[in-house]
Amino acid sequence: MSDEEDFDLNDLDDKELVEQIQDDLYDGLDDEVTEGTEILLSRGWDANDVLGEALVGGMKIVGVDFRDGILFVPEVLKCAGAMKGGMSILRPILSESAKDTSLGKFVIGTVKGDIHDIGKNLVGMMLEGSGFEVIDLGINNPVENYLEAIDEHEPVIVGMSALLTTTMPYMGVVVEEMEKRGLRKDVHIMCGGAPLNQEFADAIGVPAYGRDAARSSEMAEEYVRGLRNKREHR
Amino acid sequence: MCAVCVINVNTVSKNNARDNKRLVLGCGALVYDLTRLIKQNHALSEKVELQCLPARWHNEPQLIAPAVEKLLSERAHKYKDIYIAYADCGTGGQLDSVIEKYGAKRIGGAHCYEFFAGTELFYKLNKQEIGTFYLTDYLVNNFERLVIVGLGLDKHPELFDVYFSNYKKLVYLAQTENKQWQKDACKYAKDFGFSYEYRFVGTGELDTVFKGIEFNAVEAK
Repeated sequence: MSDEEDFDLNDLDDKELVEQIQDDLYDGLDDEVTEGTEILLSRGWDANDVLGEALVGGMKIVGVDFRDGILFVPEVLKCAGAMKGGMSILRPILSESAKDTSLGKFVIGTVKGDIHDIGKNLVGMMLEGSGFEVIDLGINNPVENYLEAIDEHEPVIVGMSALLTTTMPYMGVVVEEMEKRGLRKDVHIMCGGAPLNQEFADAIGVPAYGRDAARSSEMAEEYVRGLRNKREHR
Repeated sequence: MCAVCVINVNTVSKNNARDNKRLVLGCGALVYDLTRLIKQNHALSEKVELQCLPARWHNEPQLIAPAVEKLLSERAHKYKDIYIAYADCGTGGQLDSVIEKYGAKRIGGAHCYEFFAGTELFYKLNKQEIGTFYLTDYLVNNFERLVIVGLGLDKHPELFDVYFSNYKKLVYLAQTENKQWQKDACKYAKDFGFSYEYRFVGTGELDTVFKGIEFNAVEAK
């Protein structure tokens, strides 16, 4: 998607600028994404719209190309870095915004024994972009950390991540403990990580397996919107 | 999925009867160790055909099980027995499903670090420092290609922290005693800002992949 031509982002109309931000995000150009984000805001765009259309829209294209083997991990990480640039501009505005568009809290963490967090961080960023308030527990989390975070933050979803075949079974320990404490009726559970699959999620009783960051974020959003629809129709 | 790329390693003598052939299908990162083990044992070199899949799949384990499945679906019928020289290797049980389908066997453990070090030592090392980055002979010898270029650090060194901020230590689990590789591994640890430990572990439990073959040979007598 790279274009050698040098031009001023201010010269683009809104539609072109959104497409350009998506292109720049795809190419991992954080300065350009940050600049484009600032220009859209200066033109009176709502921060939520900038986030959804330009940044999340761009990352969804990245997600599809990663899944299809067109982009690889290093490129995706560069894209994520570029998105972070835009997010750093939007985050303070979004947190002060009177318009309540939050989808709720999402507690996310890598399970005990595992220090890998690239996938978890990508998911966290996409969730934040979708409108979740993300509580990131970091790496190597025993079950107690998840339970404490549930008590403290009352999230709508808990997400667990693992990269190792040896650590992924620990997710079952967390699920079991949540079951024992009667937390599952109020808190949805998701899982993800390179060696996981739907069969594994089914086996440990996790209702939602996210195969990649973009899909995980979509699934979380679908779940919350579905929940809200159900409540509205009661 | 990309096409299956197989390295054929000529280990079976020409006069070997086809119906007596055993296939050892392994990770390309093990090719030197597997070849050495086969050549050390004349009985094995008479009956084993070694094929290896790309070592770079160490970084893309999702490609391993589908490739093994494709290869076995095409060739399994040509062999008396099939041995898979992989551990689970990040396939999350997918490789075991394929192995079970074809009645093959594999090396135990989660990954090569575990079967090289032995389960007890591996978990001891992991307990000592959870943020340990492991290298084997192959990874030291191919560090630039598989780690630096493979992770895109040659083009984007700024990604270093994204990959490695949780690591504190590098342990070189050596299969052979090679002074140059020891020096290289020590340098990589220093470059990455990790503490360093050298452990000569040899090929560890890798030879278990051949145990069944030897047993069958005895059984046939």
